[in-house]
Amino acid sequence: MKVLYFAWLRQHTGIGEETVTPPPSVRDVAGLVEWLRTLGPGHAEALRDPSAIRVAVNQEFATADAHVSQGDEIALFPPMTGG
Amino acid sequence: MAVRVQREDFDPGREIEALTAGDTAIGGVASFIGLVRDIAGGERVGAMTLEHYPGMTEKMLREIEAEAGRRWPLQASLIVHRYGRLEPGDRIVLVITASAHRDAALEACHFLIDWLKTKAPFWKLEETGGGEKRWVDARADDDAAAGRWVRPAGKNAAE
Repeated sequence: MKVLYFAWLRQHTGIGEETVTPPPSVRDVAGLVEWLRTLGPGHAEALRDPSAIRVAVNQEFATADAHVSQGDEIALFPPMTGG
Repeated sequence: MAVRVQREDFDPGREIEALTAGDTAIGGVASFIGLVRDIAGGERVGAMTLEHYPGMTEKMLREIEAEAGRRWPLQASLIVHRYGRLEPGDRIVLVITASAHRDAALEACHFLIDWLKTKAPFWKLEETGGGEKRWVDARADDDAAAGRWVRPAGKNAAE
């Protein structure tokens, strides 16, 4: 699946997007975030506080219990500050 | 009904003219123009850079515009949002709504700019006068609004 990072999450991970293959035990957003945190110190820092992160699955806002699967586009970002 | 996400500036007068040209059912046009302020949180802002999520941004703007169209009898509407590096005084966002009557135009315009702030994936990186860069935090009321994301459309504010 494709994972996108925006704003300070991108700065911490050092990448805007990556293609990952999480283990089959990863079924939802919460599980994915937990697993992504193990990928390196930058990821761990970016994803340290899940309550500070908003998520979109296939460009739709999603909650921690939203299902994720191979082929999905998952975006992780801070609360939005447009307008 | 249209949305645009662009790096370039826009001309509000020309946009209003283009949006309303030829539609004589329009009796009122409302607009909101957001500008970059030079002070944020008591500190001088030298510039800011707006980042967004290409694809989802346009999708969300189209969705909120469609929602406004369901709630008010609009003849026409336009949302233009810029991204990239902007300086104090620069235009960031434009919302135009046109309707047969003023109430619908004014209320729909207010609704669109309020919803846009919490639903469109944009992030502001501010540069202070000293050249330091920091991501703008969402305001508390924006955070409260963020909790409404997962509710079905039509049960949110502005009703």
